[in-house]
Amino acid sequence: MAIEGFTHLISFAAGHEIIRQGRHNLTLARLTPDLVYDQMVAAGCARKLIFSWLGNPGVGSLHAVRRAIEGGGLELEEYSHFGMVGRYVAGAAHLPFYPLRSYAGSDLPAANPLIQWVASPYAPGDDVAVVPALNPDVTIIHAQRADAEGNVQVWGLVGVQREAAMAAERVIAVVEELVDTEVIRADPDRTLLPGVVVTAVCIEPYGAHPSFAQGYYDRDNAFYRAWDPISRDPGLLEAWLDEWVRGIRDRAGYVEKLGPETVAALRPKPRPSGSVDYGEYS
Amino acid sequence: MSATPDELMVAAAAAELAGVRTVFVGIGLPNAAAILARRTVAPDLELIYESGVVGARPSRLPDSIGDPALVSGATATMSMHDLFAYFLQGGRIEVGMLGAAQVDRWGNLNTTVIGPYANPTVRLPGSGGACEIALNAARVIVVMSQSPRSFVERVDFVTSPGHRHPDGRPRPAWAGGGPDTVITQLGVYRFGTDGEMELAALHDGVRDADVDAASGWPILRRQPLETLNAPNPDTLSAIHSLSGAEREAAPS
Repeated sequence: MAIEGFTHLISFAAGHEIIRQGRHNLTLARLTPDLVYDQMVAAGCARKLIFSWLGNPGVGSLHAVRRAIEGGGLELEEYSHFGMVGRYVAGAAHLPFYPLRSYAGSDLPAANPLIQWVASPYAPGDDVAVVPALNPDVTIIHAQRADAEGNVQVWGLVGVQREAAMAAERVIAVVEELVDTEVIRADPDRTLLPGVVVTAVCIEPYGAHPSFAQGYYDRDNAFYRAWDPISRDPGLLEAWLDEWVRGIRDRAGYVEKLGPETVAALRPKPRPSGSVDYGEYS
Repeated sequence: MSATPDELMVAAAAAELAGVRTVFVGIGLPNAAAILARRTVAPDLELIYESGVVGARPSRLPDSIGDPALVSGATATMSMHDLFAYFLQGGRIEVGMLGAAQVDRWGNLNTTVIGPYANPTVRLPGSGGACEIALNAARVIVVMSQSPRSFVERVDFVTSPGHRHPDGRPRPAWAGGGPDTVITQLGVYRFGTDGEMELAALHDGVRDADVDAASGWPILRRQPLETLNAPNPDTLSAIHSLSGAEREAAPS
């Protein structure tokens, strides 16, 4: 499975629910495992990580993931960002692999034999790196809004959410709010995924905290920093999971526990886009 | 007011961006350098982030290369596919800025592991976009701190290729120019025509012998060796205002 969203719109709500349900033995794909997979690995959900950058952005390491690697309990399959992007693109487009100008002279292909080379049929001697298609059983994304038909709209960083969703057998969209279909139809350019490719929509305000939802709430950088000492200490981490994940029923409980002051402090001032005129045609 | 090692590196890296139009920015010192450059020597500089932002005008120094402040007021956001395929691989990036835990004389960069890959002493974050930035940007500026542990005879892992692999493999013909400058707290390094690193300039107050003490191989010297001016008070206060913005932006 994949929970995608590049720094923006990371579905911690889904990650926490997976921990609460006691899932394990999962293969977790994500460009940047981030805190969400650090928490899921700590909770014993994962068998394997497929990734391209393993860290706490601007802070340091993902210590639970590091401990699992050092303990030999976590299999790794490692790419670069563009390699991971290409894997989803190929998966979404029903192609066996994705060609990219990367990896030549890098040790990554030696570390990961799934990174291969194909000769260009058009330019002899021009070998191009290839990465295999990735088709998750389930991709979970977070988004600003959706309607009851599952049409999902996103603004701000879109990362690889569309590709990761289109590559998946089932797609779950967790959203900040449910809106009328008329809201979606008034601005079709903003639709990341039409309802026909979305399996389920879950409405979970603040479901991406401590990551952010553009226009809704800021990245909680203080939480990302505070995670470092928690993640370093298995005892503290277990206590955190008990308190903030296993000890509460659902995301609403998490938001309540976060408290109105934290929530208010993360709310940005308005900066609305201009609007465009699509025109009415008879 | 004397500069800290980080400030020396930021000031030197910003100076390298004079006249540059497109820079692919990583987080940390490169980010501070790029923002400083746009406010000083490179007003037309477009900050491009791997998260999919082009032409960012950040109101604060972000912790992460994905930050809402990079999006608000930017000229464009795009998918990571479009950014990596069309901007980077498409040859539209003049300068890529990278950091590393280790570098060797050929400019190979390691951000993956210290020790063997299968059983590392230290597991580092890995490539992110660095491998493709190193190969596809027209030129690469490396900003990193220098010590015998970071300037090594042989990197433990080549994450991002330099001018030739330690095993002798050459850089592919299609690739961009590769590492062109390495900036550390001691000085500025360039690369000779055969792709080997050479000390080109020392920061004010750094002695030639300090470089040897902080290197795992005998580094070539470019003649004449330059001495960089200490950052002037305006530059330093601009750097301080960046870090001040960062502190203000951080919730307590």
